[in-house]
Amino acid sequence: MRGKGTMSRQKTERLLSLVVCLLSSRRYLTAGQIRAAVPGYPDAFDAFKRMFERDKDELRELGIPLEIGTNNPLDEEPGYRIPRQAYELPEIVLEPDEAAMLGLAARVWQRAEMAGAAAGGLLKLRAAGVEAEETAQPGIEPRLNASEAAFGPLWQAVRDRRPVAFGYQVPGRAAAQRRNLEPWGVVNRNGHWYTVGLDRDRSAERVFRLSRIDGPVSFTGPPGSVTVPEGTDVRDSVRSWGGELPGLRTAVLRVRAGSGYGLRRRATSDQPAPASAAPPDGGPGWDLVQAPFSDVGWYADYIASFGPDVVVLEPVDLRDAVIRRLKGALA
Amino acid sequence: MTPGSGGTRAASAHQRPARPGTATERLPRLLALVPYVISRKAVGLAETATAFGISENELVDDLNLLWCVELRSPDPYCPIDLSYEGGEITVSQAESIGRPLRLGADEASALLIALRTLAEVPGQRDDSALSRVIAKLEDAAGAAAAPSAQVAVHLDGRAPADVQARVAGALRERRRLHLSYYVPGRDEATERDVDPMRLLVVEGRAYLEGWCRRAEAVRLFRLDRVLALEVLGVAAEVPAAAEHVDVDSGQLFRPSPDDVEVELELSDAGDWVADYYPCEERTDLGEGRMRVRLRTPDTQWVRRLALRLGEDGTVISPPELAEQVRQDAADALAHYS
Repeated sequence: MRGKGTMSRQKTERLLSLVVCLLSSRRYLTAGQIRAAVPGYPDAFDAFKRMFERDKDELRELGIPLEIGTNNPLDEEPGYRIPRQAYELPEIVLEPDEAAMLGLAARVWQRAEMAGAAAGGLLKLRAAGVEAEETAQPGIEPRLNASEAAFGPLWQAVRDRRPVAFGYQVPGRAAAQRRNLEPWGVVNRNGHWYTVGLDRDRSAERVFRLSRIDGPVSFTGPPGSVTVPEGTDVRDSVRSWGGELPGLRTAVLRVRAGSGYGLRRRATSDQPAPASAAPPDGGPGWDLVQAPFSDVGWYADYIASFGPDVVVLEPVDLRDAVIRRLKGALA
Repeated sequence: MTPGSGGTRAASAHQRPARPGTATERLPRLLALVPYVISRKAVGLAETATAFGISENELVDDLNLLWCVELRSPDPYCPIDLSYEGGEITVSQAESIGRPLRLGADEASALLIALRTLAEVPGQRDDSALSRVIAKLEDAAGAAAAPSAQVAVHLDGRAPADVQARVAGALRERRRLHLSYYVPGRDEATERDVDPMRLLVVEGRAYLEGWCRRAEAVRLFRLDRVLALEVLGVAAEVPAAAEHVDVDSGQLFRPSPDDVEVELELSDAGDWVADYYPCEERTDLGEGRMRVRLRTPDTQWVRRLALRLGEDGTVISPPELAEQVRQDAADALAHYS
């Protein structure tokens, strides 16, 4: 009986023997020497060659460093070996608190491929002696989601430095636009993924939101054909967009008592409104709030969202912007 | 004969594979298994099976397979010798596979990005352990660590660090919390007692997951909306039936069939709404305008959203909601006249 399980077991045995054989040898072994040493290859040379080619590809895909070379310059036929130094994970010793962090880290990714890669990495580290248990201890558990279909190919493109092309949905236009990008990095900001790179058609740096990428992402060049400009640090670039601008100006607001909590949290001053700031109808129950802001447009939108509960007294440009917003909502 | 039966080595073991997986799935496990045992000198079958996420039968099958590896040239020999007699695995000879394979770029990057994400979380208990493990992992990974620098994660830092630290403290000590919690949709501060369950950072934001004693249900609270909190001198009592919110399904807030259906028309400048909120349907109206449909349990926030959008977003339905927005705008404008 030769079910699929049997085939798979034979192949596993052969690949394992091949790895052990090539790791054990300091010299390059020719295909013929390998066939003599590793059980499980067919007798016919052509069939052996085909199978050996596939096996080599599989080992490389698993990240096993397979070297081709000759033992001396006169050898005509190249041989193969796995240099032990390139194969082995270097010594790594973790303290218990460090290993606990690694256990937490392995749970961060929600996306299957990355979660699988993290688990695979953790397994190797455990094999090196690291005791990284998944702690049941309550802690802070961040989760990284990457449900956007474009994440996988863009990560590969960034990892392998390959240019890509994709359709991009531009706000307000029905048809997706074709974009050609040399991606430098993938960035998550507040839960959304973006890619940063050189837009080839515009010859300028551009940022694309992954959720707006429409259809498949295709590679348009070989690995290694993208050069990330010297000094580019996507971690810095995202921090710089992230940094909240310091509040440069002060808004003076009349806020109905018992409302506007969001606004009051940033207030520098918050007290019951004096008679001079009372509304024209003289009603009680208003507070006078001073709060810092930097962007008039954004802050006006925010204030408008409180409707009749917040009134801008100063400055006049903020007041006008809020009035415009409210008139827009009235239309 | 198997290395577990105490006998001598047989030419091949006729074991029925339990669930071997494909060769490329199984080979990495086999290559990790030998160093896993060696680095621990001796280790139990059950414990090892758990660590590798397989059954004991599968593990025994893996061990038999390793033990059967044979090389035929120059002289036939068996490079791996091991035993699992009495339920304890030992490896007496491992030839060249005594150390694990190096980390691949995906493995190193997935772990490093995750560790750096942990480091981004404000109020993290153990910053020094994190930076130490990141440095050691970068060292061990070598060139495989490089692509991880091309990925950055920036979490919303708006939750005050002291709120996070105090919530984390209550969680550790299993104490009940009293929260003043801001509900922006209603611009309202609510008071509630919460028994903490977990601290999460999902989609860039920090949340406390806890049993809300007012709602008598598990709720998520955004930490940046906690106006004030008090750690009470009472032990937390999370009912045994309380279930964690499923944060791994990718959608934190699922619309319910009882929700109100709202239609909005958005201009070019208002189209961020479609990215920001889960919309059920979007229709392109041309000239940069689009119509979106969403469901919500509470229309108050839509009212506030429409006021904020001004001319860039209009409520189409339900008509009562559209009328409320106009009334709110008219009332607000009255203050400026």
